[in-house]
Parts: sequence; C-alpha cells; structure tokens
Amino acid sequence: MSEVLLRVTDLVKHYTLPRQRLLAPAPVVKALQGVSFTLRAGRSLGVVGESGSGKSTLARLVMALEAPTAGTVQLAGQDLNTLDAAALRRARAGFQMVFQDPFGSLDPRQTVGRIVAEPLAAQGDVAPAEMQRRAGEMLDAVGLRASDATKYPHEFSGGQRQRIAIARALVTHPTLIVADEPVSALDVSVQAQVLNLMQDLQDRLGVTYLFISHDLAVVDLVCDEVIVLYQGRVVEQGTPDTLFTAAAHPYTRALMDAVPGARARGASRPQRAVLPADAASGGSATACAFAPRCPWRQAECAVTAPALRPLAPGHLAACHQAEAVMGNAAPAAESTLP
Amino acid sequence: MSGGPAGRPPLLQVDDLRVTLQTPRGPADALRGVSFTLERGQTLGLIGESGCGKSITALALMGLLPDSAQARGSIRLDGQELIGQPEDAWCALRGNRLAMVFQEPMTALNPLHRIGHQIAEPLRIHKGLGERAARAEALRLLERVQLPQAAQRLDAWPHQLSGGQRQRVVIAIALACGPDVLIADEPTTALDVTIQREVLDLIAQLVAEDGMALLLISHDLGVMAENVRQLLVMYGGNVVERGPTDAVFHQRAHPYTRGLFAARPQLGLRAAGGGRRHRLTTIPGRVPELADLPHGCGFADRCTLAQDACRAAPPPAVDVAPGHAARCLRLDAAQGLA
Repeated sequence: MSEVLLRVTDLVKHYTLPRQRLLAPAPVVKALQGVSFTLRAGRSLGVVGESGSGKSTLARLVMALEAPTAGTVQLAGQDLNTLDAAALRRARAGFQMVFQDPFGSLDPRQTVGRIVAEPLAAQGDVAPAEMQRRAGEMLDAVGLRASDATKYPHEFSGGQRQRIAIARALVTHPTLIVADEPVSALDVSVQAQVLNLMQDLQDRLGVTYLFISHDLAVVDLVCDEVIVLYQGRVVEQGTPDTLFTAAAHPYTRALMDAVPGARARGASRPQRAVLPADAASGGSATACAFAPRCPWRQAECAVTAPALRPLAPGHLAACHQAEAVMGNAAPAAESTLP
Repeated sequence: MSGGPAGRPPLLQVDDLRVTLQTPRGPADALRGVSFTLERGQTLGLIGESGCGKSITALALMGLLPDSAQARGSIRLDGQELIGQPEDAWCALRGNRLAMVFQEPMTALNPLHRIGHQIAEPLRIHKGLGERAARAEALRLLERVQLPQAAQRLDAWPHQLSGGQRQRVVIAIALACGPDVLIADEPTTALDVTIQREVLDLIAQLVAEDGMALLLISHDLGVMAENVRQLLVMYGGNVVERGPTDAVFHQRAHPYTRGLFAARPQLGLRAAGGGRRHRLTTIPGRVPELADLPHGCGFADRCTLAQDACRAAPPPAVDVAPGHAARCLRLDAAQGLA
C-alpha cells in the first residue's frame, strides 16, 4: 500500500449568513459537519452527493482556499492551515484543481500558453523560457499541440478547454488533483476522452485524484473508493463496487435509483420511489438528517443520529437500518420496481 | 413519423431545414436538411453532441437565430410558414404557442425581477391580462409546477431559489400561455440527478395533461430513454438516425449511434471487468468544426467503416425498419461494431 497523501480529519465548515433581523442571531449554514477520510498516493477518491451536500466546500477546504471552522487537512503530513502565506504559496505547487466549467475557468483574454503556465508564474522562481517549455509539454501530454499555446480559449471546444484546464493543473507536477465535476459539462464522446486521459495521466504520473461528481457511473469508472456526502456528513463509504451493488444507506440507494436507465422505455416511465425534495430538516437536532426523506425511517431515526459504522472491511455507513437496506431491494412499505 | 389526420396539416412540420451561420472562417452550414413532424401529444428527442445542430434547430424553431444566420427550407406551424416571417409575427408566437425551457435556469431568469413578475410577463403580453389577473394566474402556474409554498414565493427573487426550484419557475413561464409546442433544451443538465428526475417527471406529466408536443433536446441517452417515443440522432447538422426510441436503442443502426452508446460510462462496468479499471471506448478524432465538415458523410473522418463512397456524397436515408432510418452506406457492417 502506498502512503497516505491526504488526511482529512473531522473537518467542519460553517458559513455565517447575513443577519435577517437586527437583533436575531445571524443564521449559520453548516456546510461540513465532521468529515474524515484518508486518500493514498496514486489512488482516486470519489465524492458524490447532491448540490448542498458539501462536495464543493470540501474541495475548497482541501485546496486551502478557505480555512476550516474546525478539523484539519493534511497533505503529505503537512497541515495546510498552519502554513503562512508564503509557505502555502510554495506548497500549492503540490495540489491543483480542475473546475467544472471549462468556459468559466479559463481567462478569455489570456493565451492558452499563459493560462497553462500561470501556476508556474505564481511560484515565482521559474524562468519564462522554462515556463513556455513546460506549458508546451503539458499541452502535449493532454493531447493538444504545443502550437496551441498561442491561441485563445474561445478557439477551442469544451473538451479541448477541459484538457487545457487539466494541463494547467498538471504543470507544477502536483501530487494531488482536486477535480470538481471535471466532465459534467462535456459531451458523451468527449467525456470519455477526458476520463481516459485522466486515468492515463494517473498511470503515467502517479497523480492522486479527489474526484467530485454527481455522476455515479463516472465515479464508478474512475475511483478506487467513494464517499457519499449528505448535508455535510459522510453517510456511506466504500469501494464503488460495494456501494453500487450493496448500498447500505438509503440515500446512496436513492441516488442510484435516480440515474436514468440505459434501456429505452419510451413513454412507459418506470415507477420509482420518489425521494421527497429537501424536506426542511425538522425534528430534534440530534435526528438523522436524512430521516425526513427516508423511506426506511424508523422511530429511533428521529431521536439519535446514526454514527458512521463499519459493516464490512472498508465499507462504512451511517444508518440504523443499514443491514436492512443492504439486504432488501426496497423498503417494506414502499412500491417495488416493476 | 406520420403526418396529421387527413385534411389537417401537422402541428409542426419541419422540411429540409438548412441554417448557415456566419463564422470568422466564413459561412458554415449548421443544419444541412433537417426534417421532422411533430403532432400534439407526441414526444420527440434530439440527441447529439455540441455542434451537431440540436440547439440551432431549437433556436430556428423559436425564431431566435442570430441576425446574421440564414435559414432556408420550411418550418410550418399548423400549415403556416414561419421561415421568413417578420419579427412581429415571431413575437406573437414565442412564449405563446411555442415555448422553450432552457438549460441553465439561473441565466434564463432575470435576476432583477421577482419570479411572479417574470411568470406574469407572457400572460400580460400575449393574453392581455391585467396585473391582478396575471398574478393570480402566475400563482396557479407555480402551484402547477409544484413549487413548495408557491404563494410566498411569488415575490421571491431568482437567487432565493435552488436550481431545481428555478427550473420549475422557468417551466411555469414556458407553460404560461398554454403552448402547443414545448421545446426543452437540456432542461436538467444543470440539476442534480434526484432533482433531474423530478423535473423530467413534471415535464412528462404536464405534456400529457395539456396534450402539448414536446421536443426534448439532450446529450443524455438515459434521459431520452425514459422521456421520448421518437428519437433523432444528430451529427454535423444532419439527422443520421431516426426512429422510435426503443428501436434506435435496440438496433443502433448508425456507427455514430453505436459510438455514443459505447462511450457512455455505466454503473457496474468495473464490476463486470473483475474490478479492473475500464477504458471507455471513444470515438476517434473530434467533432469537426462546421466549416470543416466534409462534403460526403459528416462522420466519415471519424468512422472506422468509412469507404471512398462515404466521402463522395452525403449518404441517403436508408430504412432499417418501418419508421426507422439511418444515413449510412455501411449499415450492415455497422451491426458488427462493438
């Protein structure tokens, strides 16, 4: 086993919203409520969940773009939040990010060469000629031409732009790439090319991916391990195989059921247990956050929040009913698939 | 796709629609002869990748092509020719008999107007409703698209709603005047999977209730499988395959259709491969720029089966089965592709 590259421990992030009324306390959004995981070098960890689950907050904290309210992010044993600005800037060469939108994430007024070389420029100690050479090398590595360096982003298609974004992320030879929905804005055939590219680069350069996606099929393809986030907590963790064949949390199961099927059904739409949309999380503060939407809900779910507990080696879930969920195709009272 | 009952023209008939766009590299043919008919209560899907012409088709149908674009051929609504008619006439149709749901609900809504106002706008313009009547109708529409707490939300700003809720508002605007044709261009691409299902269910339900014709544009095969009866596969401005969705999914007559299916990540690929990482099958090359499209079959340069004849002239539509046709000279060989 390779050594642990990224260790996230009890990560908590609260955002304070603008005060609604002068004397009332300002509302707080608990974006992350104690997330822990480790990621070994050269491996890929998938993070799935709906918007608002804390995926992107997690990405920003791992990238040290924001400071956590509590908890630590350690990259290769170094706590990123204890570094001073200059040390953090130097450390940033080791972890880079690929964003979702290849249109918004590239400056339209810069040439591709400058965009790709910018992380090197931020390091401050690389000669211009060397920056150009490495930018050209990276463009080549992601399947573009070194001569593309003089062009502007608008001259490229979405898939090519995402390749540019990946080239930019790789130019400092980072060990960790945080990819936030890197292929969700791309076409199917282009998505396949970018996913293959990311896997090839991992094989060649040994980079580690923290791969954030809402697309379970993509995560299944790319990742060695997956964590499922719901309202800022890890509700399930395991290999994609385990999760997608023996999901133990009702939320994981609901996510899988929501994936449109591969078979044509025309107008005969399958009847599935619909997950009620974000029911306001009522009940006691200690209740399971998913209980209001959960078809497996029991009385105890409204009283105590389930802890993340191991079900099998490498498979954890936070659900009182985990064994029942794993064993059954559908909750007792609900309709089953036709 | 059959025409309307005898004596009455089809609701929407598109014949040999060609659109030429002005690009920096000179005129480019974005649509090269697209034809289809659509009746009330029918659902038709347009699938393809960026640049295939699916969104240009939608814009042409809505009269929203850029001023520099040239449209030829014919678009008839209840027998009335729409191409070449003045902007006034388009304005009377748009948002009234022809309505559109856009991909990105944040940019489709005006951030500076309350949502009640935005829903009321088409009602006041097209139906001549007064302020109070329009507001009452807007509330009814918000209830119809199942926006929670509709009455309180009438005066909400777009930024106060979640993505799924915003898309419900966009749908409410589209439905305001009881359109005959609803065009939904990637309506759920920006949404979570669980929300995607709700929004698609909502569109399906509304289309069924009102007997609208639905033109659904998506790059997602899964979305198509569950939501449309007829499917057009587009590539390079041409319809390369058309037929009942089930038949297209089952037979995948055109090599491009086969490529699309093969490139799609699916849950369980890794499990099927014994836990090893799976490389997606990609379509070689990239989508050509419109100005570079070859004279013959647009897909020839990326097709492993292409012969000289494919490059000589655009292939004719060949019937694979009744109502199911593909533009390919090598249909027999295509059946042997993965």
